[in-house]
Amino acid sequence: MLSTENDILSAAEAWCRAGRGVALATVIETWGSAPRPVGSHLVVDSEGNFLGSVSGGCVEGAVITEGMDAIADGRPRVVAFGVADETAWRVGLSCGGRIRVYVEPVA
Amino acid sequence: MQLDVLTLLNAERAARRAAILVTDLDGGAQRVVREAEIPADPLAALLAKRLASGKGGLVEVEGREVFLTVQAPPVRLVIIGAVHISQALYPMAMALDLAVAVIDPRTAFATPERFPGIELVTLWPDEALGGAVPALDRYCAVAALTHDPKIDDPALMAALRAECFYVGALGSRKTHAARVGRLERAGFPPDAIARIAAPIGLDIGAVSPAEIAVSILAQVVAAQRTPRAGARA
Repeated sequence: MLSTENDILSAAEAWCRAGRGVALATVIETWGSAPRPVGSHLVVDSEGNFLGSVSGGCVEGAVITEGMDAIADGRPRVVAFGVADETAWRVGLSCGGRIRVYVEPVA
Repeated sequence: MQLDVLTLLNAERAARRAAILVTDLDGGAQRVVREAEIPADPLAALLAKRLASGKGGLVEVEGREVFLTVQAPPVRLVIIGAVHISQALYPMAMALDLAVAVIDPRTAFATPERFPGIELVTLWPDEALGGAVPALDRYCAVAALTHDPKIDDPALMAALRAECFYVGALGSRKTHAARVGRLERAGFPPDAIARIAAPIGLDIGAVSPAEIAVSILAQVVAAQRTPRAGARA
């Protein structure tokens, strides 16, 4: 089933209350052709289970890894993806857009 | 994000009240500003503008990068009339992530066989709204589709009073002219009555019930997403 932004924040709270390590990723800026609008959320737990999306699937893997790191070190971070990035060939946005994502632990 | 911040955001959404999460990206400090608290907030003008547009985004506050998450209540579509168009309309509306309720006191029309998987309320609108169906608010769209003033009119009046962001009514121009007369006699001012989309739906030459449903939903989305429509969600 398609998850909505509402489901995602509710899931983040429920997962947290269930004692799981949780991080929330939010698209904070987009340029050019970006598939998910500013404000889109993805929630991830310390096992890598996730709900929601911040792109068309291009950078989810990297955002999930950042989320797991944020859960581990307890610090929020801003990560950027795009064709101009040196990681373009690994996790760049094939659509040619660029995005910035805020990744924060929930505790 | 602290769990109490997340809990507050979720609680405000559940209560159908707007709120804005303010996140300082340098350091991660966060606070939630509820709709009622905006006028007294140091960022009042900025937050009010963002709430009106429904769009969050990055802003600069005293040289710091701040992200605003605007959380407006989920939009509901209340369909009056368990008619053929409604059968096409409700699954499309659900696909658009609208919370949908269908109200029709006529149990011959409002049957679970015709409306599987939907909140179907076989009451008069006056009885249903505020009871089995939560009271209308600014984040509701109302589509009156019965053709029967006894059923449509009370729902339209409730929708105008609640300042629903979208109010549409099925019926020809002649039918609508008669409706306008009834609403005027009921004391509704012209500018309120003018907010009713009638004949309902964008003019796309829709013929079939499904095409009419598309035209209605397109009009609902336009009312929701384009501030110039005079109402917002």
